[in-house]
Amino acid sequence: MAHPSDRVYSKEHEWVVVDGDVATIGISSFAQDQLGEVVYVDLPSVGDELTVGDSFGEIESVKSVSELFAPVSGEITEVNSALDDSPETVNADPHEAGWMVKVALSDAGELDALMSAGDYDAFITEG
Amino acid sequence: MSDALKRTPLYDEHLALGARMVPFAGWEMPVQYAGIIEEHRAVRSSVGIFDVCHMAEFRIFGFGAFDFLQRMLTNDLARISELGSAQYTLMLDAGGHIIDDLIVYHTGDLEYLIIANASNAETDFAWLSEHAPDDIEMVDESERTGLIAVQGPEALRIVRELAGADWLAPARFHIGDAVLDTLPALVARTGYTGEDGVEIICRAQDAPILWRALLSFGEVTPAGLGARDTLRLEMGYPLYGSDMDRTIDPISAGLGWVVPKDKQDYIGASPVAEVRARGPKTKLVGLVVAGAIPRPGMNVLHGGTVVGKVASGSFSPTLETGIATAYVPVDLAAQGTELAVEVRKKTLTAKVVKTPFVSSTSLSA
Repeated sequence: MAHPSDRVYSKEHEWVVVDGDVATIGISSFAQDQLGEVVYVDLPSVGDELTVGDSFGEIESVKSVSELFAPVSGEITEVNSALDDSPETVNADPHEAGWMVKVALSDAGELDALMSAGDYDAFITEG
Repeated sequence: MSDALKRTPLYDEHLALGARMVPFAGWEMPVQYAGIIEEHRAVRSSVGIFDVCHMAEFRIFGFGAFDFLQRMLTNDLARISELGSAQYTLMLDAGGHIIDDLIVYHTGDLEYLIIANASNAETDFAWLSEHAPDDIEMVDESERTGLIAVQGPEALRIVRELAGADWLAPARFHIGDAVLDTLPALVARTGYTGEDGVEIICRAQDAPILWRALLSFGEVTPAGLGARDTLRLEMGYPLYGSDMDRTIDPISAGLGWVVPKDKQDYIGASPVAEVRARGPKTKLVGLVVAGAIPRPGMNVLHGGTVVGKVASGSFSPTLETGIATAYVPVDLAAQGTELAVEVRKKTLTAKVVKTPFVSSTSLSA
């Protein structure tokens, strides 16, 4: 369950990969394991504005519901609509095919507040 | 009540299997091992085993046992006069409300075994003791008794492997003895999943040995309380504490079938007869909800007005949609009625359907 080092992580267990000024957001392998088998993913629409720290959707497993919290701010440019039909992709491939939204970053400085893979691993071990 | 959670004889087995443990009815129980949906599907397609050692077992015997239980329980005990037969039944208070739902097994001459919900173990035993006449003995055997449910289309084949080729499996809703891998046990052809299968009643200290013997078969999957809940809800089996409690009568709960009309002299009979005569005000219905999981306590709406709350609600791995039960006014209880469930910020359509939600299983085959 290694967390890839090509991205940064939030304390709410989202990951962010940046390519130019577009950030792709998903949830960590640790988070999907804690949730259990994902059955619904409720995401915003293209054009919606994310504000860092705000809830932007929810993810539901048989036993629990978790809110998704924006790790960065910006306008949504793409949504992974494949998760509507195959929410289990979040469990099977949380760091790649299980991505959730892409965002045009409004403040790249927000990335500085996020953790490296090593720091995130330490964070979840501390509980 | 003590805060310390009780552990079943299988506690160490669950830890060794990497189970996620949760508090349930005062016990520390496995909610899942590999995953609820995976375990659920294993039970529907092959065989799963469940630790249900937390459930209560009472033995009642003596010359007055039949008369006593006939008065304490709603179902007609004369229907299980055949030794080894069993029935689902209810215990009501004087107001006709449900104290517990139980299975009573006719285990011997002048002798019955009751299996009760863990959450009601103390209440049930106290209520029964309070009403017990001099000509019976009643023993709470819960502490020294292990209970493992083996459920699924392949369950009987696996149990036969342990019991030996000569073993005669009990018929559905019957109980018999068996020697499983040298260990004495009672095997009941009952369960809470909608699949064929058995519940093995054994000495508490033998439970881990049987658990491991069952798991030695590659097709056997350990299943937790999470899968137990989704399996029973797909069948529309009510759960005590969610679908029934001390405010609910059996007619509203849709359990009139275990309260025979012509039976009169049991505790709670007259209030039940009154509900029958005037008709219940609300009824427990099945709901199908797409787009999110309806969860217990969520509001059920009709035309924007709250008409009830979700009693049981979960995800159906078989139907791949949200399913629930709810008490709604009788005029909204007809199949096909469109209601709605308030799921956090959203209002989702909820359609009243006939239960079981899933009708094709190894029991229906």
